[in-house]
Amino acid sequence: MAKITIDGIEAEVPDGTTILNAARQIGGPIVPPAMCYYTSLKESGGKCRVCLVRVAQASARDPRPLPKLVASCSTPVQDGMIVENITSSDVLEARKGVVEFLLINHPLDCPICDQAGECDLQDLSYAHGLAATRYEEERRTFEPIDIGEKIKLHMTRCILCYRCTYVADQLTEERKHGVLNRGDRAEIGTYIRQAIDNDFSGNMIDVCPVGALTDRTFRFKSRVWFTRPLDAHRSCSKCCGKVVLWTKGEEVLRVTGRKDKYGEVHEFICNECRFEHKNLADWVVEGPRHIDRHSVISQNHYEKINLVALKNDVERQIRFQKGKTNGSSPNALTA
Amino acid sequence: MRRQLLLKDINVPGIQSYDVYRRQGGYTAVEKALHEMTPEQITEEVKMSGLRGRGGAGFPTGLKWTFIDRKSGKPVYLVCNADESEPGTFKDRYLLEHIPHLLIEGMILSSYAIGAHTAYIYMRGEFRWIFPILERAIEEARAAGFLGQNILGSGFSLDIHVHPGGGAYICGEETALLESLEGKRGNPRLKPPYFPAVMGLYHCPTLVNNVETLATVPTIVTMGGAEYARIGVGKSTGTKLISASGHIKKPGVYEIELGLPVEEFIYSDEYCGGIWKGRKLKAVVAGGSSVPILPADLILKTAKGEPRLMTYESLAEGGFQTGTMLGSGGFIVMDETTCIVRNLWNFSRFYHHESCGQCSPCREGTGWMEKVLHRIEHGEGRMHDIDLLDDVAKKIEGKTICPLGDAAAWPVSSAIRHFREDFEYHIRYPEKVKNPKHFEIEPLTPQRHLATA
Repeated sequence: MAKITIDGIEAEVPDGTTILNAARQIGGPIVPPAMCYYTSLKESGGKCRVCLVRVAQASARDPRPLPKLVASCSTPVQDGMIVENITSSDVLEARKGVVEFLLINHPLDCPICDQAGECDLQDLSYAHGLAATRYEEERRTFEPIDIGEKIKLHMTRCILCYRCTYVADQLTEERKHGVLNRGDRAEIGTYIRQAIDNDFSGNMIDVCPVGALTDRTFRFKSRVWFTRPLDAHRSCSKCCGKVVLWTKGEEVLRVTGRKDKYGEVHEFICNECRFEHKNLADWVVEGPRHIDRHSVISQNHYEKINLVALKNDVERQIRFQKGKTNGSSPNALTA
Repeated sequence: MRRQLLLKDINVPGIQSYDVYRRQGGYTAVEKALHEMTPEQITEEVKMSGLRGRGGAGFPTGLKWTFIDRKSGKPVYLVCNADESEPGTFKDRYLLEHIPHLLIEGMILSSYAIGAHTAYIYMRGEFRWIFPILERAIEEARAAGFLGQNILGSGFSLDIHVHPGGGAYICGEETALLESLEGKRGNPRLKPPYFPAVMGLYHCPTLVNNVETLATVPTIVTMGGAEYARIGVGKSTGTKLISASGHIKKPGVYEIELGLPVEEFIYSDEYCGGIWKGRKLKAVVAGGSSVPILPADLILKTAKGEPRLMTYESLAEGGFQTGTMLGSGGFIVMDETTCIVRNLWNFSRFYHHESCGQCSPCREGTGWMEKVLHRIEHGEGRMHDIDLLDDVAKKIEGKTICPLGDAAAWPVSSAIRHFREDFEYHIRYPEKVKNPKHFEIEPLTPQRHLATA
């Protein structure tokens, strides 16, 4: 076990845990954002640089700070490590810079993008972006292409997180999907435009943090915040069968995997569940899907307040404030 | 004063071939090492010599060798980084082309020291014509019994393979090089966890060294580490190849003893021979395109007024405010008619083209800087673009996976720091700068470049 302090909050995590996962165990506002890291995809992470944090003390044995900001998703914790995320102005400044970089070649076509409302890049730019752009040059563009019958690739929106290539690599049997070219001309390509006909290829849509890979069967059907998400399952021979149905009335508009609060799917679903069963009768509905309050999708979806969770949240806030004002009387805060 | 270790036989006719190289005393270091020395002794000699990596970072070579994880039970690999593509650097090419056996001899010694039985030369894709030269040299060495099974009856076996790359600058970064060598897309790996000394080629411990570093090992074994360490100044020991280019009378590859004053290197007839056409010096990029550019007064003397020497420490004196780096030894000299903006645009275009696109700051930032510089260079810039450039460079620097981001950002920051008036001139006189040779027609009024904090 290693003891780690993130923004003044102490935690003990197993050796080899990354800083990001340690922060997620603590939870709350100190969790760095992540655009490319994906827990269930091996090798992912380290690329988008939004999760950069400052290591103020490398370990108990070596109390020096690390010279550069490090990617929290790929840096393992050391015993006695002290990490600064939102308490370091360097980190916030760097994050602002990265968000700006991610947006300079992004088309900002949210009004016509199917991902709007559940887009990690939108959330990230609301939290860290600038109100105006400093970029006056021409943006890099690509033509949208169909990869397979069910998936649309808008390369213009892609932030090259490489998650979908890891899906292709790790979930599907035959890899036909990778990155072509270099630098800002790099693009996700299916080699010689080969269609991806594979039982798990649809998960690329779920892992995509932006609107680069979208579901062609859901294209322009509805804004996500006008739909009603339901947890549902069916018995499937290929996958776990646990999904979220995005419905409007009795109609199932879209089927996706279940994302956790960091936008990650842990149990991938097969294409049959995703694309072939758009009928409520095929599913056992468990109940309404919980949507986090910060999301625009949660509007009009009233839920009973979970008092225990609320209490935990408030307590965590207090602990966090205490960590920030290190040394002040704890009684004043808990009183 | 002038002492040559690497290039001493370079003018011997036919030194490319094994017979001539052997007659000049080649491979005696291998004989000495395999018969009389243990691997630990070689490592010890290299450590004692104070040799530092000649590829650019200047990390102590002997220390790097001791990092190799030899207890894992996995095979150990030696990889020679011959992906020399830094603008302004051409010293490795010179060695590979003219005296390939020196590298092979160095690789045999290094492999013996770290316990590697397979070694690779990862060669830059554009060096097509050098490929057969190396292949032939390896064949000759094998025929003479210096490669293959049981070399000189010592029980040590080694094979060397040459692998030409596809021509990507990024594959000179050691982990991207290993990815490429494994047959994958040349994207740099994340450090941690992929430190080559522990998890390198095929996830085995791997030593990656520059051509010049490896080519220096035979000399160290022959003359002894302590003797080698007596050349040079302080922690910068030995000799270094410098690729001198630009507006000088005698461009070319020079071997210098570290510690040579920069002024002597530029102006003495033995080396660069002074600035061409009788012009004055304006700026120097001392270590390949990625190190900070310095104006004439700061390259000849440090901010403290001491003469600057060709050493790792002296060139770095003053940090990034008033100093630079020795880097890979790509010494680019610019005369007073040079337009720094055009030069910088050229560098930025290179980094934009060569960014692998894996991490966001470098992928997007290099393109952004190039586009802004393109505008300024072509007379379409505005005053706030200068600060914008500086800020973009700052947002890239230190935020990327590999050093390419830093390499793209440093030239921009330093050019703005030291040559702001060049940029302002471009913005103020958009008509005049349409001609790329505008400073030849109407020189910039010389101003003292003050180091401003």
